[in-house]
Amino acid sequence: MSIDYQQYLSTTAMRLEPSGIRKFFDLAASMDDVISLGVGEPDFITPWNIREFAIEALRSGQTAYTANAGLLELRQEISNYLNRRFQVEYQPENQIIVTVGASQSLDLAFRAILNPGDEVLIIEPAFVSYAAIVTMAGGVPIRVETNADNGFKVTPDQLEEVITSKTKAILLCSPNNPTGTSLNKDELTAIAAVVEKHDLLVVSDEIYAELTYDQEFTSFASIPSMYERTILVNGFSKGFAMTGWRLGFLAAPRELISVMVKIYQYTTMCAPTMLQMGAIEALRNSSEQVEKMRQSYWRRRNFTVQSLNRIGLECHTPGGAFYVFPSIKKSGLTSEEFAQGLLQEEKVAVVPGNAFGASGEGYIRCSYAASIEQIEIAMNRIGRYMESLVRTKNTVLEEVK
Amino acid sequence: MKLTNQELNILAILDENHRVSAKSIAMQLEMTEENVNKLIKKLEEEKVIVSYPTLIDWNKIEGKETIVAMIDVKVTPQRGVGFNEIAEQIYRYPEVRSLYLMSGTYDLSVTIEGKTMQEIALFVSNKLATIENVVSTTSHFMLKKYKHDGVIIEGEEDKDRRMVVSP
Ligand SMILES: Cc1ncc(COP(=O)(O)O)c(C=O)c1O
Repeated sequence: MSIDYQQYLSTTAMRLEPSGIRKFFDLAASMDDVISLGVGEPDFITPWNIREFAIEALRSGQTAYTANAGLLELRQEISNYLNRRFQVEYQPENQIIVTVGASQSLDLAFRAILNPGDEVLIIEPAFVSYAAIVTMAGGVPIRVETNADNGFKVTPDQLEEVITSKTKAILLCSPNNPTGTSLNKDELTAIAAVVEKHDLLVVSDEIYAELTYDQEFTSFASIPSMYERTILVNGFSKGFAMTGWRLGFLAAPRELISVMVKIYQYTTMCAPTMLQMGAIEALRNSSEQVEKMRQSYWRRRNFTVQSLNRIGLECHTPGGAFYVFPSIKKSGLTSEEFAQGLLQEEKVAVVPGNAFGASGEGYIRCSYAASIEQIEIAMNRIGRYMESLVRTKNTVLEEVK
Repeated sequence: MKLTNQELNILAILDENHRVSAKSIAMQLEMTEENVNKLIKKLEEEKVIVSYPTLIDWNKIEGKETIVAMIDVKVTPQRGVGFNEIAEQIYRYPEVRSLYLMSGTYDLSVTIEGKTMQEIALFVSNKLATIENVVSTTSHFMLKKYKHDGVIIEGEEDKDRRMVVSP
């Protein structure tokens, strides 16, 4: 007897779009010797002192649950860190939750604030999970498309255009994945005016806060009168090179946090104990190493942007994260065709821009979290690929004549 | 000596990999190639950049295997010149790869590289031990190199364990 599983499955889950990254991942994973500019994570291994701390925690038997919101000692360190680095003040006892990655922070935030049908503005190109997380929490993602002409920055007018009575929150991500765009204080202040006018909340994804290059990072919660309206999402994955640890955190007004803790205690209980111990060490004693990694990304960004522009793949200089988002429109191909051809012909993996929303079409995401040597080889190959495309185009034109 | 940020950045890159081209450095630091070359020359002249090490793992190459010994040397320092004169007598030997003045239970640390243990033993007994004011020597033979001058020779951590594409 064959079972029709469709009838058992959740319609919300079934309707989720498969991630464009996942699709491309399967193709790339099937090939050998690929140089990858497709990864969205640091190429550094977690600094040794942090690893050692976690090992020691495990050795000394710290294997039991912690408080739902995480070890108080860690929340205290997070509070100190947010204050020291971004001048925002959160009480460790009731304003901070340690989560399983920034991913889970986002999930908790939207589960806590959304009722069915509530709208959340998502600025695209955007991190692949955003729309799905909002949908799973019962909300409706409203896409706001930005473009390269103004460096993929959203304007207050664009927001005004799409805000309705159902709009509950804006999801901001600066520095952004995939464009690397970083919003400065003035730009955030302009957004804040819209937020206040329409009485909205902001979920501010600040996971790349440690990785900004040309100007200081501004936390959205530090913008005047935004503290009360901000759910701050951050974590250890990117700045501390700790993606596999799955540790993030949330900071927000007490009333919101208390609801999130309630959800958290029923779904997850707490983040892994021994890894929380490692995170304490990360916040206490790693600023020098974080800075060293940041410097290294900065140099690679400069190199990558210049190389791409020389090849003729027009590319704005992003202010943060470790991605560049060059235009491939000149090739005449869609971003998927371009990425697929590049992978097959030159064995370089990049992510097609349309994986991050419709406004990413015509672009590719290249991560420069790779060694300079690897980047240099990749750039040479991309250059060769572009030349071959131009040659093919010319031959086709000749034939048409 | 106080260096500019640009100079410090150049040193950081060369410290990581001295084979990197001036063009690449220029692109990484948003400078002109000409300027990079000028600053490198200046740093070389000022002996901030002393030399460019080429780290060769000779033990990988058949017939070229070498043995390294580190020798602790106790000496009687000389009036007026302290350890310097004895040090000079030792570092003049081409066999000596490095020489450091140490604090603690001995005075000089000498590194010798040779083809055989015999060769190193001969150097110690015939040359090193016979220098006036050398009181004693203790030789340690190096068995395996894990890390040298900040470079891990063959490390597990060098492998990229990331998936080819990730969010
Ligand atoms: C913008 C953004 N937010 C959140 C995450 C998820 O981070 P975490 O590993 O902490 O869950 C990523 C990871 O790629 C990201 O790019």
